[in-house]
This record gives sequence, structure tokens and C-alpha cells, in this order.
Amino acid sequence: MVASFGPVALAVAIATVFGLLPLFLSGIIVPKKPDSVKNATYECGVETIGPTYIQFRTPYYLYALLFVIFDVEAVFLFPWAVAYRQLGLFALAEVAIFIGLLLVGYAYAWRKKAFEWT
Amino acid sequence: MSFLSCPFPALVCNPFGLARDGIYGLLAAIVPEPLPTVALTVLGIAMLIAIIALTVMSQVWVERRAVAFLQERLGPNRVGPAGVLQSVADVLKLLLKEDLIPFKADRATFVVAPLVVLVPSLSVWSLIPWGPGLAIADVNVGILLVLAIGSFTTLGILAAGWASANKYSLLGGMRVAAQLISYEVPLVVSALVPVLWAGTASLQGIIESQATVWNVFVLPVGPIAFLVFLIAGIAEVNRSPFDLPEAESEIVAGFHTEYSGMRFALFFLAEYSNSLAIGALAAVLFLGGWQGPILPPYVWLFFKAYAVFLILVWIRGTLPRLRYDQLMHFGWKVALPISLVTLGATAVLVSAVQGTAA
Repeated sequence: MVASFGPVALAVAIATVFGLLPLFLSGIIVPKKPDSVKNATYECGVETIGPTYIQFRTPYYLYALLFVIFDVEAVFLFPWAVAYRQLGLFALAEVAIFIGLLLVGYAYAWRKKAFEWT
Repeated sequence: MSFLSCPFPALVCNPFGLARDGIYGLLAAIVPEPLPTVALTVLGIAMLIAIIALTVMSQVWVERRAVAFLQERLGPNRVGPAGVLQSVADVLKLLLKEDLIPFKADRATFVVAPLVVLVPSLSVWSLIPWGPGLAIADVNVGILLVLAIGSFTTLGILAAGWASANKYSLLGGMRVAAQLISYEVPLVVSALVPVLWAGTASLQGIIESQATVWNVFVLPVGPIAFLVFLIAGIAEVNRSPFDLPEAESEIVAGFHTEYSGMRFALFFLAEYSNSLAIGALAAVLFLGGWQGPILPPYVWLFFKAYAVFLILVWIRGTLPRLRYDQLMHFGWKVALPISLVTLGATAVLVSAVQGTAA
């Protein structure tokens, strides 16, 4: 485990250092003169009206729900794909049923116009 | 394995092999085991990241010149011969720029977000095999881990858009989240096709399964899966024509509107590193990975990854940006069904051609 996944963890650590290094370096040499105009939101543009954190359209969240369904499905398909040759046609039928169930939900979302952006 | 063994002297196949053995011998004499291995791994990763950073600088220049050529402009041609040093000048400039953080921004999130985008985009490279035995990490669930690490980028971009406390940035962040999760599904499902064909999720295993025929030429499913993978990949790295999150004609620069200086540079480094990583992944999954005649394996992988990146540049120079509803429509109503049908067809093909138990 450690022998195969350890290098990935090391890579994450080194990539973090690689990202922090230029930030640290530029932090030393760059000018720091904040003022209320320069650090305003959307400086040099028209000021936005009202609070930024407003309610968002619900379709964004519909996509999130659908994504969870299909991404979990995709994760389940990986072990199936690896072991498919040993499992044979029975596994194909099982996966067809599994995806079929999800496709019912997919068809329902399609009919309910979850994919329309109006 | 005859085709897979290196046709060159060991030094050509693994140019660092000799130095590696030397350093390992030296360290093993001083300190006990895991330490020499860890030290060498750290050295390898540092070299890999340095190579990627340099490649990104070349990519920026190549892209600007190529798009300029496609649009009948000149592009950067002043700094150095034909403008090759333009990226160096840009990096130096960004290094010297003030790091602005808007007063209204969520400071902690704003500061961390570029790193959350950058770190996965560089870490992914540790899993890409550059040749037989030439990978930082050879994991038996390689493809799954690559996709898992890669999807962390979404989180960073959403955090950047949210923390900026700017409506344009927030819109860009929300768009990116919705877009990335929509195209994640066809990407993963089309990446399942090579996994199914090879019967392994290890990247080296997938490459070895393509010793005679590249997956892209496995008819009829190969080209379709490759195309879906490429389109979803372009959407995953937010490149034109799917660059809605940073559509300058609508929402200024999207999630990085408020970023400046080095933090802005980190976003760009991550974007180009991701573009090349999608190229490398496409090469590994569909184009035979590091396999090829005459040249050493790592040169082949680099060529293939860069070629896919050039296709991305070509597409950017040719196609106009999609509208948001078209983008979502394509992801859910076209790419997803096609990828699922391709997967099913591959399963049948595997049964028919390779044969399955029972």
C-alpha cells in the first residue's frame, strides 16, 4: 500500500511546496500598498448593486443531484470493468439492470425538463 | 512482453537510471531503508514538476503563436527570437505585481483557492507512466486515482469564485461547478472503455494492452470513446469552446477576475498543466501511451500529449464559444448517452472477441 500510494502523497506535498514557493518569493519583493479604491470589489469597473451572496437558480442543484447518481454509478462500474472477463455474461446482465434502473431516473429527469436551461 | 521491453540501451530508456542507482548506492551506505527510496522519489517528483512547469511556459508561447497564426495576427514576437522568451517575461512581471486581495473577499478561502487548483493538477503527473517502469507511482487503480485527484480542481475554482465576493466571479464559479460535474460523467464513462478492454485499471496495464492495436483503432467503439473523452476533457479543463466560466464577453474573467500577481499565475499554470495532462491521459488510454517506434518511450508520450494539446489549441482558434444551455444540453443529452452506449457495446465486444468465463 505505502509503496504504491506513498509516492502520490509525496507528490501532493511537493506540489504544495512548489505552489507556496513563488507565493512566498513574490510576497517578499512585491509592493504592498492597499487602499480602499484599489482593493474594492471589481476595481476599475462599475460597482455591483446589492449583496453578492444572493440565491442561485435551482437548475444548478438539479445538475448536482444528477451528477451524484451518475458518478457513483461510474465508480461502481470500475470494479466491474476490471473483473468483467472473469465474471462473464451474467455480470453484463447485472450491470445492464443496474444502469437500466438509473436510466429510468434519467428519463424522468429528461421528461421533467431538468436539462432545459430556460 | 517482447514489444514492451526497451529497444535501446538502458540509459536511453531511463536517462536517470544510472544517476538513480548511483545516488541510491551512496544514500543506502549512510542511512537505513525507506529513507534512500523516499529521497529518490522526492527528487524524481521535483524533477517532474520542474519539467511540467517548463513545458507550461512553452505551451503558453506555442498557444499564443498558433492562435495568432490561425487568426492572421502576429502574436508575441518581440521578446527573444520569435518571442520565445515572452513567457519568461510574463512570469517575471507577475512575480513583481502586487498581490491584491479585495477587502470584501473571504481572505482565507481567497488565499488558499489557487493552491487547491494547482496542487491536483501537478500531482496527477506522478501517476502518468513515461515508459516501462518509468512512473513515480504505479498504482493498480491508476486511472481511478487520476480522475479522483483531477476533480479536486473543481473545488478550488468554486472556492475562488465564491471567495472573491464579486458577482462575476461567483457566476463563473457556479458555472464551472455545474459544467465540470456535467462533463465528469461522460469523461469517466468513456475512460471505462479502455479499462474494460484491457481488464485492468492500472495505467501501465492499459498501455501494455495496446501493444498491437491502439484503443482508438478498436472498431467500432474506440474512435467514439476517444472523441467523447476528448470533448469531455476539453470541457474539464475549461478550454474554448467550453470556456464559459471565464467568458470575457459576459462575466469579465469569471473566477479569476479578482486575482492578480502570482496567484493569477498559479491559475494559469494549473490550466495549462491540466490541458497537457488531458493530452497525456488521452495518449495513455487511447493512443498507446509511450509505445512507438525508433524514439525512446518518454519522447513518444510527450509528443502524443503535446499533439493532443495542439489539437486543443486548433479547436480554440477555430470554434466560437458555446452558449451555456447548449453546453449543458450537449453534456447531458448527447455525450452521456453516447458514452453509455459505447460502454455497453464494448462489453459485448469484449465477450465476442476476447471471450469471457461462463
